[in-house]
Amino acid sequence: MRKFSAFAIAREALRGHKGWGVQWASPEPRSEYDVIIIGAGGHGLATAYYLAKEHGITNVAVLEKGWLGGGNTGRNTTIIRSNYLYDESAGIYDHALKLWDGLSQDLNYNVMYSARGVMMLAHNVHDVQVLQRHIHANRLNGVDNEWLTPEQAKDYCPPLNISGQTRYPVIGATLQRRGGTARHDAVAWGYARAASDRGVHIIQNCEVTGTRRAPQGHIIGVDTSKGFIGAKKVGVVAAGHTSVLMEMADVRMPLESYPLQAMVSEPVKPVFPCVVMSNTVHAYISQSDKGELVIGAGTDQYTSYSQAGGLHIINHTVDAICEMFPMFRRMKMLRSWGGIVDVTPDRSPILAKTPVQGLYVNCGWGTGGFKATPGSGHVFAHTIARDEPHRINAPFTLERFRTGRLIDEAAAAAVAH
Amino acid sequence: MLLIRCPYCEEDRPELEFRHAGEAHLVRPSNMDAMSDAEFERFLFIRQNPKGVVFERWRHVHGCARFFNAARDTITDKFVTTYKAGEPKPTLEGAEE
Repeated sequence: MRKFSAFAIAREALRGHKGWGVQWASPEPRSEYDVIIIGAGGHGLATAYYLAKEHGITNVAVLEKGWLGGGNTGRNTTIIRSNYLYDESAGIYDHALKLWDGLSQDLNYNVMYSARGVMMLAHNVHDVQVLQRHIHANRLNGVDNEWLTPEQAKDYCPPLNISGQTRYPVIGATLQRRGGTARHDAVAWGYARAASDRGVHIIQNCEVTGTRRAPQGHIIGVDTSKGFIGAKKVGVVAAGHTSVLMEMADVRMPLESYPLQAMVSEPVKPVFPCVVMSNTVHAYISQSDKGELVIGAGTDQYTSYSQAGGLHIINHTVDAICEMFPMFRRMKMLRSWGGIVDVTPDRSPILAKTPVQGLYVNCGWGTGGFKATPGSGHVFAHTIARDEPHRINAPFTLERFRTGRLIDEAAAAAVAH
Repeated sequence: MLLIRCPYCEEDRPELEFRHAGEAHLVRPSNMDAMSDAEFERFLFIRQNPKGVVFERWRHVHGCARFFNAARDTITDKFVTTYKAGEPKPTLEGAEE
Protein backbone atom coordinates (compact mmCIF):
# COMPACT_ATOMS: atom_id res chain seq x y z
CA MET A 1 0.00 0.00 0.00
CA ARG A 2 1.33 3.41 -0.91
CA LYS A 3 1.41 5.83 1.97
CA PHE A 4 -0.46 9.09 1.62
CA SER A 5 1.74 12.13 2.25
CA ALA A 6 2.30 15.65 0.99
CA PHE A 7 5.22 14.26 -1.01
CA ALA A 8 3.00 11.58 -2.61
CA ILE A 9 0.44 14.20 -3.63
CA ALA A 10 3.14 16.37 -5.22
CA ARG A 11 4.60 13.36 -7.05
CA GLU A 12 1.21 12.26 -8.37
CA ALA A 13 0.35 15.81 -9.41
CA LEU A 14 3.38 15.71 -11.69
CA ARG A 15 2.54 12.24 -13.03
CA GLY A 16 -1.10 12.90 -13.85
CA HIS A 17 -2.36 10.93 -10.82
CA LYS A 18 -1.67 7.60 -12.49
CA GLY A 19 0.15 6.01 -9.57
CA TRP A 20 -2.53 5.77 -6.87
CA GLY A 21 -3.67 2.18 -7.41
CA VAL A 22 -6.37 0.28 -5.53
CA GLN A 23 -6.79 1.00 -1.83
CA TRP A 24 -7.65 -2.51 -0.70
CA ALA A 25 -7.33 -5.96 -2.23
CA SER A 26 -10.34 -8.03 -3.33
CA PRO A 27 -9.08 -11.60 -2.87
CA GLU A 28 -10.92 -14.87 -3.35
CA PRO A 29 -11.86 -16.35 0.03
CA ARG A 30 -9.56 -18.91 1.65
CA SER A 31 -11.10 -22.18 2.82
CA GLU A 32 -10.62 -21.24 6.46
CA TYR A 33 -9.87 -18.19 8.61
CA ASP A 34 -9.05 -17.65 12.26
CA VAL A 35 -11.79 -15.02 12.45
CA ILE A 36 -14.66 -14.12 10.14
CA ILE A 37 -16.40 -10.80 10.62
CA ILE A 38 -19.86 -10.61 9.04
CA GLY A 39 -20.54 -7.09 7.84
CA ALA A 40 -18.08 -4.65 6.21
CA GLY A 41 -19.42 -1.47 7.69
CA GLY A 42 -17.40 0.83 9.90
CA HIS A 43 -17.75 -1.33 13.02
CA GLY A 44 -16.86 -4.59 11.23
CA LEU A 45 -13.88 -3.14 9.39
CA ALA A 46 -12.65 -1.44 12.55
CA THR A 47 -12.90 -4.77 14.37
CA ALA A 48 -10.80 -6.45 11.67
CA TYR A 49 -8.26 -3.62 11.73
CA TYR A 50 -7.79 -3.76 15.51
CA LEU A 51 -7.64 -7.58 15.44
CA ALA A 52 -4.67 -7.25 13.10
CA LYS A 53 -3.08 -4.23 14.72
CA GLU A 54 -3.56 -4.84 18.43
CA HIS A 55 -3.78 -8.62 18.62
CA GLY A 56 -1.67 -9.80 15.68
CA ILE A 57 -4.54 -11.84 14.22
CA THR A 58 -4.29 -11.26 10.48
CA ASN A 59 -5.92 -14.44 9.12
CA VAL A 60 -9.22 -12.58 9.10
CA ALA A 61 -12.00 -12.17 6.54
CA VAL A 62 -14.66 -9.50 6.51
CA LEU A 63 -17.69 -10.77 4.57
CA GLU A 64 -20.10 -8.24 3.10
CA LYS A 65 -23.42 -9.00 1.44
CA GLY A 66 -23.40 -5.80 -0.61
CA TRP A 67 -20.62 -3.30 -0.96
CA LEU A 68 -18.24 -1.96 1.62
CA GLY A 69 -19.77 0.74 3.81
CA GLY A 70 -23.09 0.53 1.95
CA GLY A 71 -25.27 -0.05 5.00
CA ASN A 72 -25.73 2.28 7.93
CA THR A 73 -22.12 3.49 7.65
CA GLY A 74 -23.13 5.26 4.45
CA ARG A 75 -26.59 6.20 5.72
CA ASN A 76 -26.08 8.20 8.91
CA THR A 77 -25.64 11.85 9.82
CA THR A 78 -22.02 11.41 11.01
CA ILE A 79 -22.52 12.98 14.43
CA ILE A 80 -19.84 12.21 17.02
CA ARG A 81 -20.33 12.88 20.73
CA SER A 82 -19.91 11.09 24.05
CA ASN A 83 -22.15 13.01 26.47
CA TYR A 84 -24.23 10.01 27.54
CA LEU A 85 -25.69 9.74 31.01
CA TYR A 86 -24.58 6.42 32.45
CA ASP A 87 -21.04 5.46 33.43
CA GLU A 88 -21.01 2.44 31.13
CA SER A 89 -22.11 4.52 28.12
CA ALA A 90 -19.72 7.35 28.90
CA GLY A 91 -16.98 4.72 29.09
CA ILE A 92 -17.53 3.26 25.65
CA TYR A 93 -18.51 6.42 23.78
CA ASP A 94 -15.66 8.46 25.24
CA HIS A 95 -13.26 5.64 24.44
CA ALA A 96 -14.42 6.05 20.84
CA LEU A 97 -14.11 9.82 20.96
CA LYS A 98 -10.50 9.56 22.13
CA LEU A 99 -9.76 7.24 19.22
CA TRP A 100 -11.40 9.63 16.72
CA ASP A 101 -8.78 12.14 17.76
CA GLY A 102 -5.74 10.87 15.87
CA LEU A 103 -7.57 8.27 13.77
CA SER A 104 -6.56 9.91 10.48
CA GLN A 105 -2.90 9.64 11.47
CA ASP A 106 -3.32 6.09 12.74
CA LEU A 107 -4.95 4.93 9.50
CA ASN A 108 -2.94 7.25 7.22
CA TYR A 109 -6.31 8.18 5.75
CA ASN A 110 -8.13 11.45 6.23
CA VAL A 111 -11.42 10.62 7.96
CA MET A 112 -12.09 14.37 8.27
CA TYR A 113 -12.92 14.22 11.97
CA SER A 114 -13.89 17.75 12.87
CA ALA A 115 -14.43 18.63 16.54
CA ARG A 116 -16.77 21.48 15.75
CA GLY A 117 -18.95 21.03 18.83
CA VAL A 118 -22.31 19.33 19.40
CA MET A 119 -25.01 21.54 20.83
CA MET A 120 -28.23 20.19 22.33
CA LEU A 121 -31.13 22.55 22.80
CA ALA A 122 -33.45 22.86 25.77
CA HIS A 123 -36.99 24.07 25.03
CA ASN A 124 -38.73 23.56 28.36
CA VAL A 125 -38.07 23.09 32.07
CA HIS A 126 -37.84 19.33 31.72
CA ASP A 127 -35.18 19.66 29.00
CA VAL A 128 -33.18 22.01 31.22
CA GLN A 129 -33.26 19.57 34.12
CA VAL A 130 -32.40 16.55 31.98
CA LEU A 131 -29.58 18.27 30.12
CA GLN A 132 -28.07 19.76 33.28
CA ARG A 133 -28.20 16.34 34.88
CA HIS A 134 -26.26 15.09 31.87
CA ILE A 135 -23.67 17.82 32.31
CA HIS A 136 -23.08 16.82 35.92
CA ALA A 137 -22.95 13.11 35.11
CA ASN A 138 -20.57 13.79 32.24
CA ARG A 139 -18.29 15.90 34.43
CA LEU A 140 -18.03 13.08 36.97
CA ASN A 141 -16.96 10.79 34.13
CA GLY A 142 -14.39 13.26 32.79
CA VAL A 143 -16.48 13.99 29.68
CA ASP A 144 -16.61 17.65 28.66
CA ASN A 145 -20.07 19.21 28.40
CA GLU A 146 -21.11 22.72 29.36
CA TRP A 147 -24.24 24.83 29.79
CA LEU A 148 -25.01 27.75 27.47
CA THR A 149 -27.59 30.52 27.79
CA PRO A 150 -29.64 31.20 24.62
CA GLU A 151 -27.37 34.18 23.86
CA GLN A 152 -24.22 32.06 24.26
CA ALA A 153 -25.81 29.41 22.06
CA LYS A 154 -26.47 31.98 19.37
CA ASP A 155 -22.91 33.27 19.64
CA TYR A 156 -21.66 29.75 18.99
CA CYS A 157 -24.23 29.04 16.28
CA PRO A 158 -25.41 32.31 14.65
CA PRO A 159 -28.20 30.81 12.49
CA LEU A 160 -30.07 29.70 15.63
CA ASN A 161 -33.41 31.42 16.23
CA ILE A 162 -33.64 32.42 19.91
CA SER A 163 -36.37 35.03 19.39
CA GLY A 164 -38.89 33.42 21.72
CA GLN A 165 -41.49 33.68 18.94
CA THR A 166 -41.24 30.01 18.04
CA ARG A 167 -43.56 27.22 19.12
CA TYR A 168 -40.72 25.76 21.21
CA PRO A 169 -38.41 28.63 22.19
CA VAL A 170 -34.76 27.92 23.02
CA ILE A 171 -34.17 28.50 26.72
CA GLY A 172 -30.70 27.03 27.00
CA ALA A 173 -28.33 24.49 25.50
CA THR A 174 -25.48 22.15 26.26
CA LEU A 175 -22.27 22.10 24.27
CA GLN A 176 -19.76 19.29 23.97
CA ARG A 177 -16.85 20.97 22.25
CA ARG A 178 -15.00 17.73 21.47
CA GLY A 179 -18.07 16.45 19.62
CA GLY A 180 -18.43 16.96 15.91
CA THR A 181 -18.56 15.06 12.65
CA ALA A 182 -16.40 12.88 10.41
CA ARG A 183 -16.61 11.75 6.80
CA HIS A 184 -18.62 8.51 7.02
CA ASP A 185 -17.38 6.88 3.80
CA ALA A 186 -13.79 7.75 4.60
CA VAL A 187 -14.10 5.90 7.90
CA ALA A 188 -15.10 2.67 6.12
CA TRP A 189 -12.52 3.17 3.38
CA GLY A 190 -9.74 4.12 5.79
CA TYR A 191 -10.31 1.07 7.99
CA ALA A 192 -10.66 -1.18 4.92
CA ARG A 193 -7.40 0.09 3.45
CA ALA A 194 -5.49 -0.20 6.71
CA ALA A 195 -6.91 -3.66 7.49
CA SER A 196 -6.23 -4.93 3.97
CA ASP A 197 -2.67 -3.65 4.27
CA ARG A 198 -2.22 -5.86 7.34
CA GLY A 199 -3.45 -8.94 5.50
CA VAL A 200 -7.18 -8.91 6.26
CA HIS A 201 -9.36 -10.22 3.41
CA ILE A 202 -12.30 -8.00 2.53
CA ILE A 203 -14.80 -10.01 0.51
CA GLN A 204 -17.69 -8.05 -0.93
CA ASN A 205 -20.83 -9.44 -2.60
CA CYS A 206 -20.59 -12.46 -0.33
CA GLU A 207 -23.82 -13.05 1.58
CA VAL A 208 -23.82 -15.29 4.62
CA THR A 209 -26.70 -17.77 4.28
CA GLY A 210 -26.12 -19.98 7.29
CA THR A 211 -23.81 -20.84 10.16
CA ARG A 212 -22.30 -24.28 10.79
CA ARG A 213 -21.60 -25.71 14.21
CA ALA A 214 -19.73 -28.79 15.37
CA PRO A 215 -21.69 -31.52 17.20
CA GLN A 216 -20.23 -30.14 20.45
CA GLY A 217 -21.90 -26.82 19.62
CA HIS A 218 -19.02 -24.49 18.77
CA ILE A 219 -18.92 -22.57 15.52
CA ILE A 220 -16.90 -24.01 12.61
CA GLY A 221 -17.78 -21.65 9.79
CA VAL A 222 -20.41 -20.03 7.64
CA ASP A 223 -22.21 -20.90 4.43
CA THR A 224 -22.07 -18.05 1.95
CA SER A 225 -23.02 -17.23 -1.60
CA LYS A 226 -19.38 -18.11 -2.41
CA GLY A 227 -19.57 -21.49 -0.67
CA PHE A 228 -18.62 -22.71 2.79
CA ILE A 229 -15.88 -20.78 4.60
CA GLY A 230 -14.43 -22.26 7.77
CA ALA A 231 -13.68 -20.15 10.83
CA LYS A 232 -12.54 -20.68 14.40
CA LYS A 233 -14.42 -17.57 15.48
CA VAL A 234 -17.21 -15.54 13.91
CA GLY A 235 -18.16 -11.98 14.81
CA VAL A 236 -21.57 -10.74 13.69
CA VAL A 237 -21.51 -6.98 13.07
CA ALA A 238 -24.57 -6.69 10.87
CA ALA A 239 -26.64 -3.84 12.36
CA GLY A 240 -30.27 -4.14 11.18
CA HIS A 241 -29.82 -7.73 9.98
CA THR A 242 -28.38 -9.07 13.24
CA SER A 243 -31.62 -10.84 14.20
CA VAL A 244 -31.65 -12.63 10.84
CA LEU A 245 -28.04 -13.78 11.13
CA MET A 246 -28.23 -14.81 14.77
CA GLU A 247 -31.38 -16.81 14.05
CA MET A 248 -29.20 -18.94 11.74
CA ALA A 249 -27.20 -19.90 14.84
CA ASP A 250 -30.39 -20.43 16.88
CA VAL A 251 -29.77 -17.38 19.06
CA ARG A 252 -32.86 -15.22 19.56
CA MET A 253 -32.05 -11.55 20.03
CA PRO A 254 -33.66 -8.74 22.03
CA LEU A 255 -33.67 -6.55 18.93
CA GLU A 256 -36.12 -4.82 16.64
CA SER A 257 -35.13 -3.24 13.32
CA TYR A 258 -36.57 0.14 12.39
CA PRO A 259 -36.09 2.48 9.42
CA LEU A 260 -34.19 5.66 10.30
CA GLN A 261 -34.15 8.40 7.70
CA ALA A 262 -31.86 11.29 6.94
CA MET A 263 -31.51 13.83 4.16
CA VAL A 264 -29.16 16.38 2.65
CA SER A 265 -29.85 19.75 1.07
CA GLU A 266 -28.29 21.32 -1.97
CA PRO A 267 -24.70 22.36 -1.19
CA VAL A 268 -24.15 25.94 -0.09
CA LYS A 269 -21.21 27.95 1.23
CA PRO A 270 -20.24 27.42 4.89
CA VAL A 271 -23.10 28.79 7.00
CA PHE A 272 -23.42 26.34 9.83
CA PRO A 273 -20.51 26.03 12.27
CA CYS A 274 -21.44 23.09 14.50
CA VAL A 275 -23.90 20.26 15.10
CA VAL A 276 -27.23 21.17 16.66
CA MET A 277 -29.61 18.58 18.05
CA SER A 278 -32.98 19.06 19.62
CA ASN A 279 -34.58 16.32 21.60
CA THR A 280 -37.95 17.98 22.01
CA VAL A 281 -38.67 18.96 18.41
CA HIS A 282 -36.59 15.98 17.33
CA ALA A 283 -34.28 17.11 14.59
CA TYR A 284 -30.56 17.39 14.18
CA ILE A 285 -28.48 19.26 11.67
CA SER A 286 -24.92 19.96 10.60
CA GLN A 287 -23.19 21.06 7.42
CA SER A 288 -20.86 18.73 5.59
CA ASP A 289 -17.54 19.92 4.20
CA LYS A 290 -19.14 19.56 0.76
CA GLY A 291 -21.64 22.22 1.83
CA GLU A 292 -24.79 20.15 2.17
CA LEU A 293 -26.94 20.51 5.25
CA VAL A 294 -27.15 17.04 6.77
CA ILE A 295 -30.44 16.58 8.59
CA GLY A 296 -31.60 13.63 10.64
CA ALA A 297 -35.04 12.42 11.54
CA GLY A 298 -36.46 10.04 14.10
CA THR A 299 -37.20 6.41 13.36
CA ASP A 300 -40.45 5.32 11.80
CA GLN A 301 -42.79 3.66 14.28
CA TYR A 302 -42.92 0.20 12.71
CA THR A 303 -40.24 -2.46 12.21
CA SER A 304 -38.98 -2.84 8.66
CA TYR A 305 -36.10 -4.00 6.50
CA SER A 306 -37.10 -1.83 3.54
CA GLN A 307 -34.46 0.93 3.92
CA ALA A 308 -37.24 3.44 3.29
CA GLY A 309 -39.48 5.32 5.65
CA GLY A 310 -42.52 7.57 5.56
CA LEU A 311 -42.39 11.05 4.08
CA HIS A 312 -44.32 12.48 7.04
CA ILE A 313 -41.30 11.77 9.27
CA ILE A 314 -39.12 13.88 6.98
CA ASN A 315 -41.78 16.59 6.79
CA HIS A 316 -41.93 16.78 10.56
CA THR A 317 -38.15 17.04 10.80
CA VAL A 318 -37.90 19.75 8.17
CA ASP A 319 -40.65 21.70 9.95
CA ALA A 320 -38.59 21.65 13.13
CA ILE A 321 -35.41 22.68 11.32
CA CYS A 322 -37.15 25.60 9.61
CA GLU A 323 -38.50 26.87 12.90
CA MET A 324 -35.14 26.70 14.67
CA PHE A 325 -33.24 28.09 11.67
CA PRO A 326 -35.56 30.33 9.63
CA MET A 327 -32.76 31.08 7.14
CA PHE A 328 -33.10 27.51 5.79
CA ARG A 329 -36.77 27.87 4.84
CA ARG A 330 -36.02 28.22 1.14
CA MET A 331 -33.32 25.57 0.95
CA LYS A 332 -34.00 22.67 -1.40
CA MET A 333 -33.54 19.14 -0.15
CA LEU A 334 -31.59 16.99 -2.59
CA ARG A 335 -31.78 13.44 -1.31
CA SER A 336 -33.25 11.43 1.52
CA TRP A 337 -32.65 7.82 2.42
CA GLY A 338 -33.27 5.26 5.11
CA GLY A 339 -31.10 2.85 7.03
CA ILE A 340 -32.21 -0.10 9.12
CA VAL A 341 -31.23 0.33 12.75
CA ASP A 342 -31.29 -2.47 15.31
CA VAL A 343 -32.73 -1.21 18.56
CA THR A 344 -32.37 -2.93 21.94
CA PRO A 345 -34.94 -2.57 24.73
CA ASP A 346 -32.57 -0.36 26.77
CA ARG A 347 -31.16 1.51 23.73
CA SER A 348 -27.63 0.46 24.62
CA PRO A 349 -25.52 -1.75 22.35
CA ILE A 350 -24.60 -5.39 22.82
CA LEU A 351 -20.90 -6.26 22.37
CA ALA A 352 -20.50 -9.69 23.77
CA LYS A 353 -19.94 -13.38 23.64
CA THR A 354 -23.02 -15.45 22.85
CA PRO A 355 -24.29 -18.82 24.11
CA VAL A 356 -22.60 -20.35 21.05
CA GLN A 357 -18.86 -20.97 21.59
CA GLY A 358 -16.85 -18.96 19.06
CA LEU A 359 -19.73 -16.70 18.05
CA TYR A 360 -19.59 -13.04 19.06
CA VAL A 361 -22.04 -10.24 18.43
CA ASN A 362 -21.70 -6.47 18.11
CA CYS A 363 -25.14 -4.95 17.58
CA GLY A 364 -27.91 -2.84 19.02
CA TRP A 365 -26.30 0.51 18.26
CA GLY A 366 -29.74 1.72 17.29
CA THR A 367 -29.89 5.25 16.02
CA GLY A 368 -26.41 6.29 17.11
CA GLY A 369 -23.70 3.83 16.13
CA PHE A 370 -21.50 5.89 13.85
CA LYS A 371 -19.94 7.91 16.66
CA ALA A 372 -18.78 4.73 18.36
CA THR A 373 -17.11 3.13 15.33
CA PRO A 374 -13.46 3.19 16.48
CA GLY A 375 -14.21 2.34 20.11
CA SER A 376 -16.64 -0.40 19.18
CA GLY A 377 -14.16 -2.05 16.82
CA HIS A 378 -11.37 -1.69 19.36
CA VAL A 379 -13.11 -3.40 22.27
CA PHE A 380 -14.90 -5.96 20.09
CA ALA A 381 -11.55 -7.04 18.61
CA HIS A 382 -10.33 -7.51 22.18
CA THR A 383 -13.44 -9.58 23.00
CA ILE A 384 -12.88 -11.88 20.01
CA ALA A 385 -9.10 -12.18 20.38
CA ARG A 386 -9.11 -12.92 24.12
CA ASP A 387 -12.50 -14.64 24.29
CA GLU A 388 -13.40 -12.26 27.09
CA PRO A 389 -14.73 -8.70 27.01
CA HIS A 390 -12.59 -5.61 27.42
CA ARG A 391 -13.30 -3.82 30.71
CA ILE A 392 -15.10 -1.11 28.70
CA ASN A 393 -17.60 -3.42 26.98
CA ALA A 394 -17.96 -5.87 29.86
CA PRO A 395 -21.33 -4.34 30.91
CA PHE A 396 -22.75 -4.58 27.37
CA THR A 397 -23.63 -8.25 27.59
CA LEU A 398 -26.42 -10.23 25.97
CA GLU A 399 -27.31 -11.64 29.39
CA ARG A 400 -28.25 -8.27 30.87
CA PHE A 401 -31.79 -8.71 29.55
CA ARG A 402 -32.03 -11.81 31.72
CA THR A 403 -30.27 -10.51 34.82
CA GLY A 404 -31.99 -7.13 34.65
CA ARG A 405 -28.71 -5.21 34.72
CA LEU A 406 -29.82 -2.89 31.91
CA ILE A 407 -27.99 0.23 30.77
CA ASP A 408 -31.14 2.20 30.40
CA GLU A 409 -30.21 5.00 28.05
CA ALA A 410 -33.73 4.64 26.64
CA ALA A 411 -34.96 7.13 29.17
CA ALA A 412 -31.70 8.93 29.54
CA ALA A 413 -30.03 9.44 26.17
CA ALA A 414 -29.54 13.04 25.30
CA VAL A 415 -31.69 12.53 22.22
CA ALA A 416 -35.06 10.81 22.23
CA HIS A 417 -35.23 7.34 20.80
CA MET B 1 -46.81 6.61 4.66
CA LEU B 2 -48.63 3.34 5.15
CA LEU B 3 -52.31 2.91 4.38
CA ILE B 4 -53.78 0.73 7.09
CA ARG B 5 -57.15 -1.02 7.19
CA CYS B 6 -58.74 -0.85 10.62
CA PRO B 7 -60.76 -4.05 11.06
CA TYR B 8 -63.19 -2.30 13.41
CA CYS B 9 -63.82 0.83 11.32
CA GLU B 10 -63.54 -1.28 8.14
CA GLU B 11 -61.78 1.56 6.38
CA ASP B 12 -58.33 2.19 4.88
CA ARG B 13 -56.87 5.09 6.83
CA PRO B 14 -53.46 6.85 6.74
CA GLU B 15 -50.71 5.72 9.13
CA LEU B 16 -50.89 9.03 11.02
CA GLU B 17 -54.09 7.83 12.69
CA PHE B 18 -52.37 4.74 14.06
CA ARG B 19 -49.79 3.85 16.65
CA HIS B 20 -47.58 0.81 16.21
CA ALA B 21 -47.70 -1.37 19.32
CA GLY B 22 -45.07 -4.07 18.89
CA GLU B 23 -45.09 -7.78 18.22
CA ALA B 24 -48.50 -9.49 18.37
CA HIS B 25 -49.57 -12.72 20.05
CA LEU B 26 -47.27 -12.28 23.03
CA VAL B 27 -49.43 -13.73 25.77
CA ARG B 28 -48.99 -12.19 29.18
CA PRO B 29 -48.17 -15.11 31.49
CA SER B 30 -50.60 -15.87 34.29
CA ASN B 31 -48.01 -17.52 36.55
CA MET B 32 -45.46 -14.72 36.94
CA ASP B 33 -44.43 -15.75 40.44
CA ALA B 34 -43.30 -19.11 39.09
CA MET B 35 -41.42 -17.78 36.07
CA SER B 36 -37.65 -18.05 35.68
CA ASP B 37 -35.45 -15.14 34.62
CA ALA B 38 -35.07 -16.74 31.19
CA GLU B 39 -38.84 -16.88 30.74
CA PHE B 40 -39.17 -13.24 31.76
CA GLU B 41 -36.45 -12.34 29.27
CA ARG B 42 -38.34 -14.14 26.51
CA PHE B 43 -41.61 -12.42 27.38
CA LEU B 44 -40.23 -8.92 27.93
CA PHE B 45 -37.35 -8.56 25.52
CA ILE B 46 -36.78 -11.32 22.97
CA ARG B 47 -38.46 -10.50 19.67
CA GLN B 48 -38.74 -12.37 16.38
CA ASN B 49 -37.91 -9.29 14.29
CA PRO B 50 -38.44 -11.28 11.09
CA LYS B 51 -37.31 -10.25 7.63
CA GLY B 52 -40.56 -11.20 5.95
CA VAL B 53 -44.06 -11.43 7.39
CA VAL B 54 -44.39 -9.98 10.88
CA PHE B 55 -47.43 -10.26 13.12
CA GLU B 56 -47.81 -6.99 14.97
CA ARG B 57 -50.25 -4.92 16.99
CA TRP B 58 -51.54 -1.54 15.90
CA ARG B 59 -53.83 0.87 17.67
CA HIS B 60 -56.21 3.12 15.78
CA VAL B 61 -55.42 5.82 18.30
CA HIS B 62 -56.89 8.76 16.36
CA GLY B 63 -59.94 6.76 15.22
CA CYS B 64 -61.81 4.11 17.16
CA ALA B 65 -58.83 3.88 19.58
CA ARG B 66 -58.95 0.08 19.55
CA PHE B 67 -56.05 -2.35 19.30
CA PHE B 68 -55.96 -4.83 16.43
CA ASN B 69 -53.43 -7.15 14.81
CA ALA B 70 -51.84 -7.07 11.39
CA ALA B 71 -49.65 -9.27 9.23
CA ARG B 72 -47.19 -7.15 7.25
CA ASP B 73 -44.20 -7.91 5.07
CA THR B 74 -41.18 -6.09 6.54
CA ILE B 75 -39.35 -6.13 3.19
CA THR B 76 -42.06 -4.37 1.18
CA ASP B 77 -44.02 -2.85 4.13
CA LYS B 78 -47.19 -4.15 2.45
CA PHE B 79 -49.98 -5.36 4.72
CA VAL B 80 -51.07 -8.93 4.11
CA THR B 81 -54.12 -8.61 6.33
CA THR B 82 -55.43 -6.97 9.49
CA TYR B 83 -57.72 -8.69 11.98
CA LYS B 84 -59.38 -7.98 15.28
CA ALA B 85 -57.67 -8.49 18.61
CA GLY B 86 -58.39 -11.89 20.08
CA GLU B 87 -58.81 -13.55 16.69
CA PRO B 88 -56.40 -16.40 16.03
CA LYS B 89 -53.21 -15.81 14.07
CA PRO B 90 -54.02 -16.43 10.40
CA THR B 91 -51.95 -19.08 8.64
CA LEU B 92 -49.97 -17.46 5.87
CA GLU B 93 -47.42 -18.76 3.43
CA GLY B 94 -43.87 -17.77 4.33
CA ALA B 95 -44.72 -16.56 7.82
CA GLU B 96 -42.77 -17.80 10.82
CA GLU B 97 -44.58 -19.69 13.50
